[in-house]
Amino acid sequence: MTSRVLGVVLGAAVIALVPTPRLTAQGANLPPVIQPRNAADSLLESRTTELARELRCPVCQGLSIQDSPSELSQQMRALVKEQIVSGKSDEDVLAYFVSKYGEWILLAPEARGFNLVAYLLPPLLLVAGAVGVGMLVKSWTRQPQVVSASSGAEAPPED
Amino acid sequence: MNWRRAAWASLAAAPVVTLLAWGMTRDPNEIHSPLPGREAPAFALRVFAPGEPPLARTVGDTLTLGRMRGKIVVLNFWASWCLECRVEHRDLSTVARQMTDKPVQFIGVLYNDVASAGLDWIQGMSGQAYPGVLDPGARTAIDYGLYGVPETFVIDGKGRVAYKHTGAIPAELLTLKIDSLIAAGSAAPALTGPVVP
Repeated sequence: MTSRVLGVVLGAAVIALVPTPRLTAQGANLPPVIQPRNAADSLLESRTTELARELRCPVCQGLSIQDSPSELSQQMRALVKEQIVSGKSDEDVLAYFVSKYGEWILLAPEARGFNLVAYLLPPLLLVAGAVGVGMLVKSWTRQPQVVSASSGAEAPPED
Repeated sequence: MNWRRAAWASLAAAPVVTLLAWGMTRDPNEIHSPLPGREAPAFALRVFAPGEPPLARTVGDTLTLGRMRGKIVVLNFWASWCLECRVEHRDLSTVARQMTDKPVQFIGVLYNDVASAGLDWIQGMSGQAYPGVLDPGARTAIDYGLYGVPETFVIDGKGRVAYKHTGAIPAELLTLKIDSLIAAGSAAPALTGPVVP
């Protein structure tokens, strides 16, 4: 409880110490902080980037259309932006590309049906590997005791 | 040998090995297209290369899929920088010339290229029987889920994608696809007049 209160107080102090851009500009007589040219443009660009990161470049497998410099990827990215501007939701945009290229176009396939293998297999293998390593280590640590016990029993007495 | 342990290990490895073996049977370049069987995306593309009579179209005219209803449309995406497009070009023109009396419309869509380069290429390849159209921004290419060139789509008379071929399409295969669609009554020559550009 005490640590929680302390955290809240510290948080409030940090917020109070960090001046807002408006106050800084007025108080220190600095030029106004440059805001994005248009908040809507910034939002559009950010949504386009987010969606473009989810779509696979068809000509350079393994890269998203956001990261690929290929002409087709840039054209697809422009189409993503155009569809957002036309009022389509993120799901609509992704569904459009899936309808043209199949689910392959999604860099992260939907977690359903056979796709679940891609999501479940790595952690399962990790757990199986950890269990295997654990059993191996256990057997390694047990072996010397068995050897020393048997060698102790069979060893000839030292004079 | 500890048979029980070996059996457990084999049992654990079996699904992974099966999955890998299944993966080895698949060609990563062969990506399933969802388009065959579905309605073909509409297009309106401007002619930049007229083609040759009787298949010629006027440069600057717009070809639309909607106005070709009743005909089988062969939509071939190509580019002057595409080496494999050279392999199929002669075959495509030959089949197009052989099909002039049938309800078939061949269209060459220039993909991510400029008209002048396309025209030079056509001239260098001793002409093209059918018209060539431009696809600004590759919008039609994306609408057809294009991965690269050449790719050919055969659209039936009802406006559905009947077949998609990735890579150079052999003349025999294309002829077979078109003839089978005509035989199946997919094209309706009696109902359609000449294609209005």
